[in-house]
Amino acid sequence: MATIEIDGKHYEAQDGQSLLAVCLSFGLNLPYFCWHPAMGSVGACRQCAVLQYQNPEDKRGRLVMACMTPVADAMRISIEAVPASQFRRENIELLMINHPHDCPVCEEGGECHLQDMTEMSGHTFRRYRGQKRTHANQYLGPFINHEMNRCIACYRCVRFYDDYAGGNDLQVFGMHNNVYFGRFEEGALENEFSGNLVEVCPTGVFTDRTFSAHYARKWDLQTAPSVCIHCGLGCNTAPGERYGQLRRIINRYNGEVNGYFLCDRGRFGYGFVNSPERIREPLLDGRSEITPQAAVNYLDNLCQTAKGVIGIGSPRASLEANFALRTLVGEENFFLGLNDIEHTLLSTIFNILRNCGIHTPSLREIEQADAVLIMGEDVTHTAPRLALSLRQSARNATFDLARSLKIAPWQDAAVRELKTQIKTPIFIASVCATRLDDIATDTFHGSPEDIARLGFAIAHRLDDQAPAPELMSDAENSLATAIAAELKQAKCPLIVSGTSCASIAVIQSAYNIAKALPSKDKQLTFTVPECNSLGLAIMGGGRLRQAFERINEGVADSVIVLENDLYRRAHSQTVDLFLQSAAHVVVMDSLRNKTAEQSELLLPTATFAESEGTLVNNEGRAQRYFPVYAVSEPVRGSWQWLTSAMEDSEWRHHDDLTAACAQAFPDLAAIAQVAPGAAYRFKGSKIPRQPERYSGRAAMFANINVREPAPPQDLETPFSFSMEGVTAQVPPALLPVIRAPGWNSNQAVNQFEEGVEGHLRGGDPGMRLIEASGNLAWFNDIPSAFKAEEGQWRIMPLPHIFGSEELSLHSAPIAERRPAPKILLNPLDAQALGVVNGDRLEISRSMETAIATLPVQIETTLPRGLLGVPAILPENQQINNPERVTLKKVAAEAENKPEIFL
Amino acid sequence: MKELIEKQKFTGLSAAEVEEINAEISHYEDKSAVSIEALKIVQKYRGWVSDECLIAAAELLDMSPAQLEGVATFYNLIYRQPVGKTVIHYCNSVTCWMLGAEKVRQRLCEHLHVELGEMSDDGAYTVLPIVCLGACDHAPVVMVGKELCLDVIENTVSEILGR
Ligand code: SF4
Ligand code: SF4
Ligand code: FES
Repeated sequence: MATIEIDGKHYEAQDGQSLLAVCLSFGLNLPYFCWHPAMGSVGACRQCAVLQYQNPEDKRGRLVMACMTPVADAMRISIEAVPASQFRRENIELLMINHPHDCPVCEEGGECHLQDMTEMSGHTFRRYRGQKRTHANQYLGPFINHEMNRCIACYRCVRFYDDYAGGNDLQVFGMHNNVYFGRFEEGALENEFSGNLVEVCPTGVFTDRTFSAHYARKWDLQTAPSVCIHCGLGCNTAPGERYGQLRRIINRYNGEVNGYFLCDRGRFGYGFVNSPERIREPLLDGRSEITPQAAVNYLDNLCQTAKGVIGIGSPRASLEANFALRTLVGEENFFLGLNDIEHTLLSTIFNILRNCGIHTPSLREIEQADAVLIMGEDVTHTAPRLALSLRQSARNATFDLARSLKIAPWQDAAVRELKTQIKTPIFIASVCATRLDDIATDTFHGSPEDIARLGFAIAHRLDDQAPAPELMSDAENSLATAIAAELKQAKCPLIVSGTSCASIAVIQSAYNIAKALPSKDKQLTFTVPECNSLGLAIMGGGRLRQAFERINEGVADSVIVLENDLYRRAHSQTVDLFLQSAAHVVVMDSLRNKTAEQSELLLPTATFAESEGTLVNNEGRAQRYFPVYAVSEPVRGSWQWLTSAMEDSEWRHHDDLTAACAQAFPDLAAIAQVAPGAAYRFKGSKIPRQPERYSGRAAMFANINVREPAPPQDLETPFSFSMEGVTAQVPPALLPVIRAPGWNSNQAVNQFEEGVEGHLRGGDPGMRLIEASGNLAWFNDIPSAFKAEEGQWRIMPLPHIFGSEELSLHSAPIAERRPAPKILLNPLDAQALGVVNGDRLEISRSMETAIATLPVQIETTLPRGLLGVPAILPENQQINNPERVTLKKVAAEAENKPEIFL
Repeated sequence: MKELIEKQKFTGLSAAEVEEINAEISHYEDKSAVSIEALKIVQKYRGWVSDECLIAAAELLDMSPAQLEGVATFYNLIYRQPVGKTVIHYCNSVTCWMLGAEKVRQRLCEHLHVELGEMSDDGAYTVLPIVCLGACDHAPVVMVGKELCLDVIENTVSEILGR
């Protein structure tokens, strides 16, 4: 620890840290641009100048850049001294010479780091009267706007995009006074984390294009803490609403989970909430004359009189909603709504996490790994934010080297200059090339069986108690030996696997490797497909197939489907038969889909933005999301529909339901403590969702009714739909918006952290439900090697960040980036079939007629005998299972359009 | 002039260029280290670096076109637009600027009927600014092709161009 003196006050700080970071975490206002908490210092902008004194006698001091200065004991500095503050004021004046004077039309205005820093530096009058250099802007795709004139050349965008996120299509061009940050040519930014530029860029150069389409100032947005629902990682988000429309999503810092960054699916996938496809009223037999009360009565009545009612839950609905359904229909009639493959994979994963005694890391812990093995996942597409964390673990070897050379890790330019052959060992075993291959030490491409066999072989090399596969090739054996050697040496090795190659053997082999590792700080993590997949696995329940059997065998005659499009989970014939055999089908959902179309009673449910609930992410972390705005009747939260249909239920409020759910499942006991309940008051009042400058409240609905409506009441959460009350210092799980005096942009988060990049003061939100305990035996089921069979291919669904997730695909900007319908084929297979890129192939199940005709894309890394298909695109639902099919070339004359035969 | 540009545009790189670039690559651990050298090789053959050439060279170096473009646009002496046979660089750094660089530029451009960066109609000249040619004691300084002209005054301009 070092004691340092800043403007006459003494502070305790960690030796060797960046002085800027330390000043900010003391809550001192020191302006900066090029520094970023997650990306360290480069000393480029010269904005963070302070005066450093030699010794107690020194009265003059010298200017240093705080971001580049390591803290040392007995250091004496001044932020306020005139030479420093004058330097900063003049520096910003120079940075602003070319900056336009039109904040009122800039979309960054009101949450602009440049505005904040200009104010903070005291540059309040512009003297420059000359011409400004101007630039042409580029079209950068559906996510991001480009307004280059606003650039102050801090270089943060390229440091994030290239250095941190591994992109290479956004660069800086030109030199000195004429630098341009953009692409070689116009077109969509390719990196999956491009949306973070919106927050990383301190000015209005990169802004959220989806937000532009319905823009509002930050101070005019209603906000509540939320959790991303577009994959299993549960990144924390702050969605903003105005005029009853969800306007945008920004990052909400969680030191253990997403830190400062989100993926583009999570940031730009919100459009489904405003979609015209939303179900807005209850429909009975497709007609709308039913009132909400009548709908509730119908549901209640159905439960009383039907021959048997079963409930089908959903991994994209909250724990509470699933629990309410389970209670309504009875435990024995509740099914998780997962097909056999998903169900088995998830219960296998849960069993391992729960009972294997190996730590499951948070994303923060993942960034500490010093050796990584990825088993069967293209992480960027299955759990995007995790891929960004793995990119940071890839740098740990360089950080170690830097430390040994006495270079602080935050000295970003110096550390990155250490171009050495030393790399953190990262191995990727996958079906075909992945988006992380550029950081991989070595890759292996094979069928899921072969990936699992490699895994078993690695485990056996680490511990000869572990079962070994037979008949491995020499190449596989030596790869297994190499990987085992690297993992064995590591202090903090990490094994990543998941559900995406639909193979239990892959998951089990990942466990065997983790078990075999000698390190006590080893980590094992699994990706799961949906936002509450793991929550559902913890809760437990029947399989979808069993639900189908109940109805088809006549044991039950009615079904309630909770937020689940069954056509995504099973063959359409099977689902058709099931839904037709049921006498009564009740569907609760927010968006129209094929299952909803077949309902007798359709209940409109609130989305994540309009309702509350608890989700469990892949780490086993329970997190609460809150309604951002009140949804108007007759749309209701699923849990509300369900509990109101329980005549004698004691659950009048969401808190009651959460508490009951916590009580019913020992593994969920902690969910009641995830966030304070509705009774919570901060300084005597509820927490406002609207900032204190929220404008137009009295008039915003005057076009509908000139009387100012009373704000909706929120009886379920600690929040109010109003601006009265305070948000500073509320517990982090309840922090609706990141803002502090003088800090209007999201970078204000440094005022809420325990040390820069640290945990939020008061603890990062979420409760971990599963801690490593126990010890499972070795898994012994080693599959035999995959053999391509003459004339037969096995479908391999390949998840895609834009397209494979149901809800985000209803957002136009995401849909614009989805992959075209296609099938991937090994070049030799293509040759055998006589097809080239773009030719069309007819896909048939054996002995059946064609199920789809799709264009071919040749993929050199895909093993022979596999047929890669972008997973669960709407057109592909029929070819989404790892089943065997035959292929036939379609004559060239046939119309060149993909066709799916349902 | 149009035809001239057309003539200079090629798709990709010639075998000779590829060979020379590959020879450079063999000296380094990291292909991208050859960025500048590769651009110079292309320019040696063609006088400038077209988009097509840049994309092809980037591919050869395992870089994205944007990454190589970042290098290309950083250096004054890599031309990303066609230039005349002789490029005239006039220094516009402090000393030359004080001693009349602006005048020199004006005279050069007027005489050749070009704006900065343009190619004269006969394809012979392009005028470009440059920062410091290292001969401040003889300001203003101009570099004509590879030849340094010191103490340039108005009539030396016509002299230079007369040659
Ligand atoms: S575009 Fe933004 S982030 Fe990039 S250099 Fe300019 S101001 Fe900085
Ligand atoms: S990684 Fe997953 S949870 Fe995080 S923002 Fe992306 S889709 Fe959402
Ligand atoms: S923040 Fe220190 S120089 Fe830019």
